[in-house]
Amino acid sequence: MNAWTLTIILLVMSSLFYAVAKKRSLRIAEDIGGIRYLHSAPRYYGVVAAALFAVPALSVLGLWVSVDENIIVRMVLSEFFADMQSADQAEKDWLVSQIQIYAHTGQLLATENAQVLKAAADRYQHLVDQSETLRNASILVLGAVISFVFVLFISAKIRARVIAESIIKLFLLASSLIAIFTTIGIVLSVLFEAILFFQKIPVRDFLFGLEWSPQIAIREDQVGSSGLFGSVPLFTGTLLVAGVAMSVAVPVGLLSAIYLAEYASTKVRSFAKPALEILAGVPTVVYGFFAILVVAPLLRDFGLVLGLDIARESALAAGVVMGIMIIPFVSSLTDDVITALPQSIREASLACGATKSETIKKVVLPAALPGIVGSLLLAVSRAIGETMIVLMAAGLAARLTANPLESVTTVTVQIVTLLVGDQEFDSAKTLAAFALGLTLFVATLLLNVTALYIVRKYSEQYE
Amino acid sequence: MSSVQIQQSKAVWESPQFKKRLKKRNAAELRFKYYGLGAVILGLIFVLSLFVSIAVNGFSSFWQTQAQIDIYFDPDTLNADDLAGANYGKLVKQAMYKQFPDVTKRNEKRELSRIISIGASFILQRMVINDPSLIGTTQTLWFPVDDEFDMLYKHDIGRNVESGAPSRLSINQIIWFDQMVDRGSIESRFNKTFFTAGDSREPELAGLRGALTGSFLMILVTLLISFPVGAAGACYLEEFAPRNKLTDLIEININNLAAVPSVVFGLLGLAVFINFFGLPRSVPLVGGLVLSLMTIPTIIIAGRAALRAIPPSIREGALALGASKTQTVMQEVVPLAMPGFLTGTIIGLAQALGETAPLLMIGMVAFIVDIPSGPLDPSTALPVQIFLWADSPERAFLEKTSGVILILLSLLITMNVVAVYLRRKFERRW
Repeated sequence: MNAWTLTIILLVMSSLFYAVAKKRSLRIAEDIGGIRYLHSAPRYYGVVAAALFAVPALSVLGLWVSVDENIIVRMVLSEFFADMQSADQAEKDWLVSQIQIYAHTGQLLATENAQVLKAAADRYQHLVDQSETLRNASILVLGAVISFVFVLFISAKIRARVIAESIIKLFLLASSLIAIFTTIGIVLSVLFEAILFFQKIPVRDFLFGLEWSPQIAIREDQVGSSGLFGSVPLFTGTLLVAGVAMSVAVPVGLLSAIYLAEYASTKVRSFAKPALEILAGVPTVVYGFFAILVVAPLLRDFGLVLGLDIARESALAAGVVMGIMIIPFVSSLTDDVITALPQSIREASLACGATKSETIKKVVLPAALPGIVGSLLLAVSRAIGETMIVLMAAGLAARLTANPLESVTTVTVQIVTLLVGDQEFDSAKTLAAFALGLTLFVATLLLNVTALYIVRKYSEQYE
Repeated sequence: MSSVQIQQSKAVWESPQFKKRLKKRNAAELRFKYYGLGAVILGLIFVLSLFVSIAVNGFSSFWQTQAQIDIYFDPDTLNADDLAGANYGKLVKQAMYKQFPDVTKRNEKRELSRIISIGASFILQRMVINDPSLIGTTQTLWFPVDDEFDMLYKHDIGRNVESGAPSRLSINQIIWFDQMVDRGSIESRFNKTFFTAGDSREPELAGLRGALTGSFLMILVTLLISFPVGAAGACYLEEFAPRNKLTDLIEININNLAAVPSVVFGLLGLAVFINFFGLPRSVPLVGGLVLSLMTIPTIIIAGRAALRAIPPSIREGALALGASKTQTVMQEVVPLAMPGFLTGTIIGLAQALGETAPLLMIGMVAFIVDIPSGPLDPSTALPVQIFLWADSPERAFLEKTSGVILILLSLLITMNVVAVYLRRKFERRW
């Protein structure tokens, strides 16, 4: 019986307790002259009984599953390999996986110590089985006892509805707390690894170093593998791509939002606005493919006509495509801000004799400016955090350059490339990804908070 | 205004300087309008070129070039004791040699047999194991051709050796293939493999079913976690939460999480689910957990909007009849807000379905041939498959990539259409 079947059994059992408790409350009600004399409706007694069974059982199950493997492994190691206590972690891990593989499949990975290993594996399997039996029994007994006691004590005076409602409210509160836990999880997971990284590589070298080549040399004379973690080329690459993207998205997004909000007929608006917003729903990996399939070759051919040599993977191609992706963020947020402005300020300007474009440039846009700045900041944060387009179209070469025709690399691309594929968890290379993740998280957090603050502060001043 | 003043202003209006200035202002007005129109049209051109370029490239991936050959199930080759291990490739080769009796040189023979995909021998193996009575008979069968010939037949790619793109095809192979086309034994047929097979190194044998199943399992996990949690969170914040610091903190967190880069969620998944809790890599369960964390803020924000749209009179009516606060919310408010919850969930899931970067970090980029049968089997997902195939050098994978994108986009469009339909159908004006 594994954890999944056990969960199903628990759910079945808890609905059983629901039925039993409900039935019993009805019986009690009969004795005292009808359910109107009960404190709560019979189903609430059922709900409480079911919850009293399921909640402790499921929490014990979750706890057990997350710790039992560790405890068993430690027990087996201390019993059979007491001399290994001081050995390093990698050696222990290797030993543990040998034991586990033998226990599961009967295959021995190494021939040395075969006897001890076999005995350890038997002991391991025995303990796993024992732990499972113990777990299943204790969970079922625990839940059943608590729930059964409640069923026994059901009476007209027990305020079952109040208990049930506070259980429901607790669940609702816990659900909304997930957001906080997610943020804490992000911060902790990134921070811990980043601190480990900064113990190996000084913060100054990371933030101000001009060279990024995370491969650590195995031999002394290896070329290009110096293990340098200067992240400046990544930041400049990120900013370069984001800059290209914004220079595509800002004019197109702003102008189309202005046109759709101020000039377009309802018919054009109701067609063009959703059509542009389609761009926001297209997965980024599709944009990446679009960049290598269409945009990069097109720019390359165009560059040849002008006599420019544009690399196959260039900041320009990635930036242009990312700009296309961001257009709807800029345009729909700007559109919201512009349409939220009161009509009276436009009419006042028009009445003074200004043309429509003068009204827009001199009255509407200044009034909408905070909102527009907020939306642009959100768009920049989106551009900095975008991964797939740059991963597919901008390349991997960490180059300190301001020339968009060359290939560059970005923070997000490096995070992914450092973590995809074989990795040992303690190496500076892997940890560097988390340090980059920390900078990325902090940068986007600042942008988002500023943007939200600006939007909120200035959004209602005309109402 | 006195008549003198009117005379004066008229003189100003009719002065040449004023007219010139007005003309300039009107021209600026027109120019500004056309800039705006141009921006809208440019945006629409982007949308169109994105979809058209992918559709043009992708549609041909639903067809596959197949060759008809007569296979003689030679009892000498097929040893009845070891049907699984017999040399099925030999049967295909012999059939091809029979079609072209003049080909005698060894290396020419090898080139000839390369026209048919190496997958043919697996098809034969399966046929014989299912029905051993085939041995000794001759059957006319269709087999996929090698991807290079598929491209040759569909797009004429690889025919001109000078055209730059390096081709693996020799002159002889092209001549033989053209002869087969002339005989009518080459046909373009519906590409069933594309929908029924898992990934493969050979483009003509690769399919998206593994990725599709992986994506389905992942979205299922995401739905099961994010819908109840998101809806419950929205209920708490909108209906129960007191105005205090904790509530403010939760709200700030939700708004901010919705804008955190997806790659950071990947780091979280790697550090927490894989390294801390020790869940296996590359499995849809972990992918679904990470995507749930990304989807929950979306659902909470949409759910709160849905709850806010319900007029207080509904709540007051229920409370006045003696319902408790929880009863009011659970039995009156939530059912009315359900369409809003569902719309938010579908839109959130559509976002999750297209998400790639966090999946790369939790190891879902592995090359996996088998089709996953549960949330704990290693698998890929549709967007990751796009990423993997877009990276492959073969020309044929380019077409397949566009094909997967078409499938993914049509799924997303369907989900969004359902969401819009739900919203329209259940939208109520109070």
